[in-house]
Amino acid sequence: MQELVNIFVKGIFIENMIFAYFLGMCSYLAVSKTVKTGVGLGAAVIFVLGITVPINYLLENFVLKENALIWVDGHTRETAEQSMFYGTDLSFLSFIMFIAVIASMVQLVEMIVEKFAPALYGALGIFLPLIAVNCSILGGALFMQERQYATIVEATSFGLGSGVGWFLAIVAIAAIREKIKYSHVPAPLRGLGITFIITGLMGIAFMSFMGIKL
Amino acid sequence: MAEVATVEKEPLFSKKNRQLLKDPLDDQNPITVQVLGICSALAITTQVKNAVVMTLSVMFVMMAGNVIISILRNRIPDRIRIIVQLVVVAALVILVDQVLKAFVYDVSKQLSVFVGLIITNCIIMGRLEAFALANKPWPSLLDGFGNAIGYGWVLVIVAVVRELFGSGKLFGIELLGNATAKTGLYSIGYMNNNMIILPPMALILVGIIIWIQRARNTQLIESH
Repeated sequence: MQELVNIFVKGIFIENMIFAYFLGMCSYLAVSKTVKTGVGLGAAVIFVLGITVPINYLLENFVLKENALIWVDGHTRETAEQSMFYGTDLSFLSFIMFIAVIASMVQLVEMIVEKFAPALYGALGIFLPLIAVNCSILGGALFMQERQYATIVEATSFGLGSGVGWFLAIVAIAAIREKIKYSHVPAPLRGLGITFIITGLMGIAFMSFMGIKL
Repeated sequence: MAEVATVEKEPLFSKKNRQLLKDPLDDQNPITVQVLGICSALAITTQVKNAVVMTLSVMFVMMAGNVIISILRNRIPDRIRIIVQLVVVAALVILVDQVLKAFVYDVSKQLSVFVGLIITNCIIMGRLEAFALANKPWPSLLDGFGNAIGYGWVLVIVAVVRELFGSGKLFGIELLGNATAKTGLYSIGYMNNNMIILPPMALILVGIIIWIQRARNTQLIESH
């Protein structure tokens, strides 16, 4: 249990998707003009990361990884060498599989939410389809692959943690941008430029979490 | 066949086509104006070599993707076009990834997940949606090339600053002398600025590039 909490907290602060890896920057910059839209997109990201990371985890461990297919003809790890799939390594296909899962999950989630939770659908609105091309979602899947989480629960907690970290980042920058409208920013820096610089400064602040061992 | 005929009528580098190459460099720069493809641009700019490899990869994927989508543009059903685009781009990125792994393994290790993230690099999707779906293959190729160069110059400038001031090297060559042996500039007390290697500084550098660019090109200034 403690391990799960550690992965979750690490995803939010130490390995924050925006401030440590710059993932999902495009939508982060484009949709952070007001807090309301920021909250909408942030919620959608938590939602989709929490669903796609575990699904991609299953895909990685039962299809793509080296020797992952041995379950097909009924072998376990002990008798793996007798399996006809011993030594099969499909990991070169992982990009295309992950992105296909993400694109179809986003579509599916959109349809389900529209049908069963119209209020939530109204709130998330156009943000759900945008998520398919948000780098933080594919980044979540690729980091999950790189870090080799032991169980699906750990992978899920990593997905949710990164989502919450992304949510915090976009809400924070949206709030700052709402306030900064009333400040006297040099004309060429207005809008995009100052947002970059503020994000950089926030990143430096978040770096104080670095090196904390959880 | 009709397309081939029209291409022949129009000179290959007509004024319109040259505009396609020129616009992304300044007025329509993918990073500083269109705000596309920031994610990968910032994380890999600690070394010039990585930035150049990344630019070349993006250039290949964008040009090939643009041409393929542009050839298929009349056959792709509108409803599933995003998935079609993602599949085409993902296949090209797999190619790039395998080539990088085979020939420049150390660079490919350093780029880690960011090669894969070219798939969701918004520049590529953005140009496919905005340009290739509505234009012929040759202009699409030029558009891909122009945008890749526009993306590349920002990347390379950021990487040059970060590598030169952060570790005193360019392309891995120790321009300012050896820091541990205290030769060259280091013998008179010069020190590397370690802060500039840290990720947040990339953002601040891009912010400064935007500042300089918009101070020169005042049309780009936002009202708020």
